[in-house]
Amino acid sequence: MNLKLKIWRQKDPNTRGKFVNYRLRDISADSSFLEMLDVLNEELISKGEEPVVYDHDCREGICGACGLYINGRPHGPDSLITVCQLHMRKFKDGDTIVIEPWRARAFPIIRDLMVNRNAFDALIQEGGYVSVNTGSAPDANAILVKKEHADLSMDAAACIGCGACVAACKNASAMLFVGAKISQLALLPQGKIESNRRVMDMVAKMDELGFGNCTNTGACEAECPKGITLTNIARLNREYYKATF
Amino acid sequence: MSSIFTSSLGKKLLMSLAGIFLIIFLLVHMGINLLIVIFDDPMVYNKAAHIMSTNILIKIFEIILFGGFLLHMIYALILQIQNWVARPNRYNKANYSNTSFFSKFMIHTALITLVFLVIHMMDFYLKAKFGHAAEVIVDGKAYHDFASEIIDKFKMLPFVIFYIAAFVFLGFHLVHGFQSAFKTLGMDHKKYTPVVQFLAIIYSTIIVGGFSFIPVYIYFL
Repeated sequence: MNLKLKIWRQKDPNTRGKFVNYRLRDISADSSFLEMLDVLNEELISKGEEPVVYDHDCREGICGACGLYINGRPHGPDSLITVCQLHMRKFKDGDTIVIEPWRARAFPIIRDLMVNRNAFDALIQEGGYVSVNTGSAPDANAILVKKEHADLSMDAAACIGCGACVAACKNASAMLFVGAKISQLALLPQGKIESNRRVMDMVAKMDELGFGNCTNTGACEAECPKGITLTNIARLNREYYKATF
Repeated sequence: MSSIFTSSLGKKLLMSLAGIFLIIFLLVHMGINLLIVIFDDPMVYNKAAHIMSTNILIKIFEIILFGGFLLHMIYALILQIQNWVARPNRYNKANYSNTSFFSKFMIHTALITLVFLVIHMMDFYLKAKFGHAAEVIVDGKAYHDFASEIIDKFKMLPFVIFYIAAFVFLGFHLVHGFQSAFKTLGMDHKKYTPVVQFLAIIYSTIIVGGFSFIPVYIYFL
């Protein structure tokens, strides 16, 4: 495949970025999107130019490190996958591919396509945990959990914190991420104890970090690589009202 | 509790409650407006309008209504500005995510509705309040003759087009606003959310159709 790439290049957080065009030839349709970028970087390095900086880690679709905004969609034109699982067969020979970083005030650009997602860590630090004594493993049936609640909690726990929800949302809102974390813990007896404090702290932090507000548009749900649904935002609202009134 | 007025979720709650209140009000308003085409006697509408502008309970409700409007608009504006600030640098390539179409244009349809509302208030409501409207005397009692004024206006095509266009945009606003308010209140269910989404379309169609029927009926008859 021959491709034209239009990639956002930005030296550092304080420098103004711009799009730079690149041409790539003979890319295998079976290579992954990140492998295609690796080929580009090898070419750039061999020419003595700076390679394109982008986040990646496991390349198995489970770590949440990678995240590129490709042709107007976070993680590219496929559904329920991260960009490392995107393959070039999803594109056509001669395509122009526009690659941008996540754009949100809460996710400042570090360099090129790499953004700082510490804001998600800060949210987790506010309450995305359960305060328990870590002793020996408890008996599996010591605390009974409804099957339905366990399933819903597990669904919410699938969130890998990649930030695609923020990137896709027209308001750069983090409510799907926070909703998933709140749901994951509030549905289980172990997490219920701190649920009021957790939701108040996490919502306050989310506002402080400069994320936008959810308008129930559904872009986050459509682009989440792990299929986290808007139901989690509705539960976040319920938990918040429960803690407030 | 105080965070309800300042936090993102609190502001959204207040905005959605005010929105639901306005959704109910629109139905009442449409019911009264339709009196002008349901009854041949224009005095039925004039008498209803008289009750609406003189009854003490309605006057109290009016204050609540204006409060609801203001609350909905002010919080919408605050939240919208925060949303714009949350993404200072826009994407080069427009978003292609599969989302609800009308939700993307809520602020735009809201602004069009606001323009219509301001014109409506200046043209109709203030006249009724400060007594510049023509009067008709029935059984020795004076009533504002709004019916004749409405009929005169809707005999002119530009008024008809402007009125219907305004309601079509309001309809777009309501299609998303109706179902979004339920989600904001925390109501989301695998079985019932599609029902709410269907009701949102039905409700919006009734509002657009009901309000638009009046100028069309008057213009052609």
